[in-house]
Amino acid sequence: MSILINQNSRVMTQGITGKTGQFHTRMCREYANGQSCFVAGVNPRKPGESFEGIPVYGTVREAKEATGANVSVIYVPPPYAAAAIDEAVEAELDLVICITEGIPVRDMIRTRYKMQGKKTRLIGPNCPGIITPDEIKIGIMPGYIHKKGRIGVVSRSGTLTYEAVAQLMEQGLGQSTCIGIGGDPVNGLKHLDVMQLFNDDDETDAVLMVGEIGGADEEDCARWVKDHMRKPVVGFIAGVTAPPGKRMGHAGAIISGGKGTAQEKLAVMEECGIRVTRNPAEMGKLLKSVLS
Amino acid sequence: MKIHEYQAKEILRQYGVATPRGIACFNVDEAVNAARKLGGKIWVVKAQIYAGGRGKGGGVKIAESLESVKELAGNMFGMRLVTHQTGPQGQTVRRLFIEEGVNIANEYYVGMVVDRSSQRVCLMASAEGGMDIEQVAAKAPEKIHKLFIDPIAGLADAEALDIAKKAGIPEAGRSEAVALFKALYKAFDDKDASLAEINPLVLTADHHVLALDAKMNFDDNALFRHPEIVALRDLDEEDPLEVEASEHDLSYIPLDGNIGCLVNGAGLAMATMDIIKLYGGNPANFLDVGGGATVDKVTEAFKLMLKNPRLKAILVNIFGGIMRCDVIAEGVVQAAREVHLTVPLVVRLEGTNVKLGKQILADSGLAVIAAENMADAAQKVVKAAESA
Repeated sequence: MSILINQNSRVMTQGITGKTGQFHTRMCREYANGQSCFVAGVNPRKPGESFEGIPVYGTVREAKEATGANVSVIYVPPPYAAAAIDEAVEAELDLVICITEGIPVRDMIRTRYKMQGKKTRLIGPNCPGIITPDEIKIGIMPGYIHKKGRIGVVSRSGTLTYEAVAQLMEQGLGQSTCIGIGGDPVNGLKHLDVMQLFNDDDETDAVLMVGEIGGADEEDCARWVKDHMRKPVVGFIAGVTAPPGKRMGHAGAIISGGKGTAQEKLAVMEECGIRVTRNPAEMGKLLKSVLS
Repeated sequence: MKIHEYQAKEILRQYGVATPRGIACFNVDEAVNAARKLGGKIWVVKAQIYAGGRGKGGGVKIAESLESVKELAGNMFGMRLVTHQTGPQGQTVRRLFIEEGVNIANEYYVGMVVDRSSQRVCLMASAEGGMDIEQVAAKAPEKIHKLFIDPIAGLADAEALDIAKKAGIPEAGRSEAVALFKALYKAFDDKDASLAEINPLVLTADHHVLALDAKMNFDDNALFRHPEIVALRDLDEEDPLEVEASEHDLSYIPLDGNIGCLVNGAGLAMATMDIIKLYGGNPANFLDVGGGATVDKVTEAFKLMLKNPRLKAILVNIFGGIMRCDVIAEGVVQAAREVHLTVPLVVRLEGTNVKLGKQILADSGLAVIAAENMADAAQKVVKAAESA
């Protein structure tokens, strides 16, 4: 089944009239079933217009009602992006993927608070998106490096995920679904949430989890894996050489108060039965080695 | 973004946080005048640098006469203050803060950070004031009391009172402590802070609650709506290379090794540093050129790396997605011509337009060491740095 999205997903683009929104909506449409999956765009100032045949609506609710879209992808600029998420949550979409980088944390704290008890799931912000290879891609990852298969991939970064996918492909391993959950401190789905979905997905045989310094999400996920996971999980954590107190690009990638080091994460993952590698060139090989 | 103690106190005072009276100054004369203006018989002379641990490093001194203020200020201006946060090279003192002395009865710790697990702002308070709170957190975490603040309702009186009690603030100081906690949260929230710390918070002999020290950091992503915070930026306190990098929209952090890394994406950039170390080398920097790098941006990135006198070799590791390998290759070629590359250059390209990218490098006549994958690239660059 893959997780979260498949060829039956119907997607609207919030921020479809911007340069980024246009470019990536076009790329996503060209991938696999994209032509039938991407059905609507939203821009409050341009209702009634269309983008390459995709109708543009003034609100998420209108787009949903008119097209049946149940998923949204957001490219809205940072000052307005959290409000765009709020709108999608209010319209009760199933899934929102926020690509936008640079949203103030204060905005995300409020948005996440308002999401409590709501049905909508959020991926991101500041993420590459999600892809179920050969079915649908929602986000900015290069589609052609992927191939349908039975390995789940979950990661906090963009290009490092592509690297992981390329290594899987070298081992002849396709992917069920690949998700970049994003590099911000306050975000939607975490490693743990995605791991639960992969555990219940009968088209996923094993999971590659890629983490990085900062926070305790990888540790939380590892503890859950120890008690509940029925499939092999392998992992890598980026940032063994990162100095404390320095923000390594992502807003969330920072070792502060002696917490969130790569060593600590790797140690907890190993304790919980996750096979890890300290060599980022060995992720694919390691995953291959745990398949029976 | 960070600011100085005196600036943080000025912001906090606007929200009603009580602090000792103080005046910031930039030379010895100003320091003496400040002390005279403040009056009293005891002053505290405080070096203003972004790093913490100033007291232990000799950056906070008590003066009991104007002569002493003059002498201490004279010693402090221009000194290289070394603390556990500055690194061994220290930080030059260019600003002082002269404060009135305070009769302290007791010290506490108060801090605020964004807590990732609860996705709320966390208020922390402890009776262990004045201590290195990281030490307390490591050795006696039960002594730090935490409250996760409801982002809509804000900090309620009852919650603030509870934390004040738990931190051991006596009855006489509690109402002022409650007001201070609430003011601190208001300032934190209004100004898009990422961290606020008052260490120590003090109870004076006459039962007043004061912020004796103050530290505030701000969310870089929110600076667009806080020009008043941006105006406080002190470039003297920042690494000049990091400042230059940020002007070109590059994320650059200098490290102490000799192998320069140019990578697209923060995660891959960290992983590249890690694999260099794994194969026995030492990265000279973290450098993420981002997703939308242009030829010019790549050129600027090369210039930055080459300013490092220790640099022995460069590794370019690109996984092209939206970013095309041919653009990177052209950037590398242009940069190598402009900057007269004198160290070995290893390039690993993968992803979109990789063949074209490799072709551009091969046709350029540059002495580029091509690598097939990350491991190959790391091994080659470590070897090149060793023999350079």
